Amino acid sequence: MGYPGEPKITGSSVADGRAAAAPATTADAAQAGAVPAPAPATGWSPAGVRTRNWARLPLGLIIPAALLAAWQAASASGLFTVVQLPPPAMVLAAAGELVDRGELGIHIAISTQRVLIGFLVGAALGLVLGAGVGLSKLADALLAPTIGALRAVPSLAWVPLLILWMKIGEDSKVTLIIIGAFFPVFTTVSLALRHVDRNLVEAARAFGLKGVRLLTTVQLPAVVPAVFSGLRLALAQAWLFLVAAELIASSMGLGFLLIDSQNNGRTDRLLLAIVMLAVIGKITDALLGLAEKWAVKRWA
Amino acid sequence: MTAVLSPLPGAATSAHAPALPVSFRGLRRTFGTGSAARTVLRDVTFDVAPGEVLAILGPSGCGKSTLLRATAGLDHPSAGSVVIEDTPVHGIDPRCAFAFQEPRLLPWHTLQANVAIGLPAGCSAREGKAKVARLLELVGLEHFAKHRPREVSGGMAQRASLARALARNPGVLLLDEPFGALDALTRIKMQDLLLEIHRAEPTTVLLVTHDVDEALQLADRIIVLGPDAAGEGASIARTVEVPGSRPRGRASAELALMRASLLETLGVDGH
Ligand SMILES: Nc1ncnc2c1ncn2[C@@H]1O[C@H](COP(=O)(O)OP(=O)(O)O)[C@@H](O)[C@H]1O
Ligand SMILES: [Mg+2]
Repeated sequence: MGYPGEPKITGSSVADGRAAAAPATTADAAQAGAVPAPAPATGWSPAGVRTRNWARLPLGLIIPAALLAAWQAASASGLFTVVQLPPPAMVLAAAGELVDRGELGIHIAISTQRVLIGFLVGAALGLVLGAGVGLSKLADALLAPTIGALRAVPSLAWVPLLILWMKIGEDSKVTLIIIGAFFPVFTTVSLALRHVDRNLVEAARAFGLKGVRLLTTVQLPAVVPAVFSGLRLALAQAWLFLVAAELIASSMGLGFLLIDSQNNGRTDRLLLAIVMLAVIGKITDALLGLAEKWAVKRWA
Repeated sequence: MTAVLSPLPGAATSAHAPALPVSFRGLRRTFGTGSAARTVLRDVTFDVAPGEVLAILGPSGCGKSTLLRATAGLDHPSAGSVVIEDTPVHGIDPRCAFAFQEPRLLPWHTLQANVAIGLPAGCSAREGKAKVARLLELVGLEHFAKHRPREVSGGMAQRASLARALARNPGVLLLDEPFGALDALTRIKMQDLLLEIHRAEPTTVLLVTHDVDEALQLADRIIVLGPDAAGEGASIARTVEVPGSRPRGRASAELALMRASLLETLGVDGH
């Protein structure tokens, strides 16, 4: 024997173990039949998933194309005045004009910047405070009632106070977006951490994991899917609050473009702003969705 | 014993902890306070010899898991103590390793990474890697090292859980109904595997089971936990030395008698 703990094992028992394992694996795969491409023993097939995504893209474009056609038909039918419903070509022309004057880029850039800063700060605060409240009974008792009460305030009610305190500048708008992005992340993270499988945590503790290592090895990975659903809600909230903030008081941004076009009767620009909000909102959400896909595959 | 695994490089340096004696001294556990207080365990006193396989039987809810959790330091007794080789258990005890009824593997880790969680503190990366590979081979999972728990069967996940416990070089191995959720055939294979592991690394084993046959097959000694007449918490109702050396024939007449008598103690008609 090599050393005191050297295991000896008969060849047959190892073989038995494997023979028992093989059919069981297949059975498990069959049970998981609803999950796409459950190849037993080899895992997922990224190629299969990718083809399906490509097939989905044209399908998703059918309704926008139909809407565009209906818009064109309605505006050409003479039922609406040009101010009520300008044709798509006019909106395109308005876009061209604003691009030429260098204004569209600025509106988009400033709005995106506000959303990104507000979202990042709000989400980070939500993560940290949500983790504290979800993991520590003390932090929960200390913070949860206050945060709950603050959440009960309809967020737009903060606007007058923010403007009073911070004036009509970037700070007041970004702060409003931070408030909007904070709550979805805070709520989902704190709830999810409280419901992490106790058995899993106990097993990890039994093997000596505690504190930060327990957090990063068990608790955080366990709440990754919840964190991402919170983040996506927060991003949608961030766009919502951006438009609210810009509608109320601003001199730049897509929300400003909306209100300014309304005041000047420029329905073409108004529709342009709405289309831009839809497109950029969708792009940011899709990017977050990609990050989620990666993270869930990695952690869940 | 036909094939003997050769020692892996680095394996010889990994200290193999010796089997440790455990003694339970007047252990008592009461949950809740005031009028809601309920004593689950009471006056539990017994000794386990180093390297002994001790099976703990008892009706569901009588406090078997609580007893093991107290041994591992996952739970604190209300009175009395658990002493492992002269030092009382205080907090999570690194001399113990636990395998639970469910595999309790981290779903986002591979089996290999899950087993590595069991490695004792201060184990070097190289040493740890070699040891994990050796243990996965020992439990017949070397071809599934890179799989996630959900990609393998329940029996395989339970073997990985056992390997994780063994990675700790435990002086005391705590098994809480480790085969209870497995089908009959897989259970027998796991029992044989446990016996082989114990033969190779004769550590002290506390095995909680609800299966009298399993206890008779695997244990040197069986204790039965049961409530006393007053109903004030479970204590040791009976201790049985199991005759014969392992592996024991599953059809032995002597064991059949012992089985019937144990079932009677547990309140089941064995005939
Ligand atoms: N943390 C706890 N709080 C309150 N009661 C508990 C706790 N843990 C276990 N119990 C109670 O102690 C009793 C024994 O539990 P357990 O040790 O799990 O039993 P067994 O493993 O023998 O089935 C059960 O009635 C259970 O409800
Ligand atoms: Mg139990």
